[in-house]
Amino acid sequence: MNTQMIVDSVLVLVILLDLAMLAVSRLATCIRLFALQSLLLALLPLAATTGRGEIPGLHEITVAAGALGLKVILLPRILLRIIRTGEIHQEIEPFIGFTASVLVGAGLVIGSFAVTRGLPLPVDRISDFLPPVSAATILVGLLILISRVKAVTQVVGFLVMENGIYLFGLLLLEQTPLLVELGILLDLFVGVFIMAIVVYHIRREFDHMDTHLLDTLKEA
Amino acid sequence: MSVLRALTVLPEAAVVLALPPMLMSVIAKTKAWFAGRVGPPWLQPYYDMLKLLRKGTVYSRTTTWVFRAGPIVNLAALLTAATMIPVLSGDVLLGFPGDVVLVAYLFALGRLFTVLAAMDTGSSFEGMGASREVTFGTMSEPALFLSFVVLAVATKSLELSEMVGPPLAIAWKSVGPAMLLVAGALTIVLLAETCRIPVDDPATHLELTMIHEVMVLDHSGPDFAFISYAAALKFMLLGSLLLHVALPHAAGWGAVGVLLRLLELGLLAVVVGAIESTMARLRLNRVPLFLAGASVLSGLATAIVLVRSHG
Repeated sequence: MNTQMIVDSVLVLVILLDLAMLAVSRLATCIRLFALQSLLLALLPLAATTGRGEIPGLHEITVAAGALGLKVILLPRILLRIIRTGEIHQEIEPFIGFTASVLVGAGLVIGSFAVTRGLPLPVDRISDFLPPVSAATILVGLLILISRVKAVTQVVGFLVMENGIYLFGLLLLEQTPLLVELGILLDLFVGVFIMAIVVYHIRREFDHMDTHLLDTLKEA
Repeated sequence: MSVLRALTVLPEAAVVLALPPMLMSVIAKTKAWFAGRVGPPWLQPYYDMLKLLRKGTVYSRTTTWVFRAGPIVNLAALLTAATMIPVLSGDVLLGFPGDVVLVAYLFALGRLFTVLAAMDTGSSFEGMGASREVTFGTMSEPALFLSFVVLAVATKSLELSEMVGPPLAIAWKSVGPAMLLVAGALTIVLLAETCRIPVDDPATHLELTMIHEVMVLDHSGPDFAFISYAAALKFMLLGSLLLHVALPHAAGWGAVGVLLRLLELGLLAVVVGAIESTMARLRLNRVPLFLAGASVLSGLATAIVLVRSHG
């Protein structure tokens, strides 16, 4: 079991979690799966540097700690709190059915493996799975975002997309200034904070979290 | 050469043919242990089969030769497949490049005749079971074939005994994650094809829920003995396929490897028994998602081996 294999296995697990999030109907399970995925991603830069035989520097540790605190602990808590107070636990009728969306998701994953093979990258990557996995995660996040009805699942979709972008950022970890990483995390936090407030208001106004009623603007 | 080969192969073939009912017994004992019962005697499946073989058969007047052919063709197809799938040692009786396709279609042929025999009775219940069997069969087949694709690319061979043989140990080192995914997919295929929980419940006799059991309701006597033996044989064949993929043995382990395989098959039966005791059946409309999951796992594994073998 060398580091290469551990990193590869973690990346495959990330894809499996993507697909699992497409398959589950319980909102709480979906949020926990997202937290698990973020945990794997937060530990990935540390694993990669220790794999190269270096001790993780301040940069890696700060990025990992920030991701851990925000995406594994804080955001899932906020989201779980929303569904607990909102008493809505299941995604009943998504725009695309669960089996269909898993199959579409698998298609996206295989498509990203095909597309990113020819992608030239300026840096040494820790694993040649990293570009396809990050592309797949971004696309699956987008799929969750557009195919689900409940506002909370849409927030999860947005966060999954961010996980994909974070994964792509790992490629350039050495080149990216720390300030940029922290700025992204802060933006994410503010974004979800605002979305949580919006979801709260949707629920108070309409007594549910479905977003499709927001499509039509009508004077009552 | 052929005499020597026959001498080495025959004892193994005898053990392989005698083994399947014992595995069913292991599953039954595991389930009994979970329920706090003693369970039937270890040799009960053999007794049942002997009893059934001594009995006469009853054929409905509405059935034709298809009904009588069903159990026989099914058993014959599986026995033929058994000559190409390595069970205890890595050796097989027959084996030629491309036999994977034949193995997959022998399984399909056995299923086809079971289904035809069920529909031949004209009973609406059996027709319903047949329809479910075919639906779920169609969904587990892509997973099986994609797994074969992964193994073929990883070992650069189209002969089943080589695809799951020693070259696989090297493949585990280079594309380990893909192999794990294939093992997962094959586990789901095993549970679905052998009609186990969470896809089907072999113990249920509620018409609305059963799949395999409902198709064989009208068979009696020796025919039913063939069916239960064939079901056990199918479990052993798919199970050893899974074990050979999941735990490749290095070449030259000889008798130790054979004993290990026996032990692993027993453990697999215990695991399946434990799954049956701790899990509930999936709702019928969730089964397609479960089976699509298997195809997705093996499809992902295919993408991974293709990227690795070219890059």
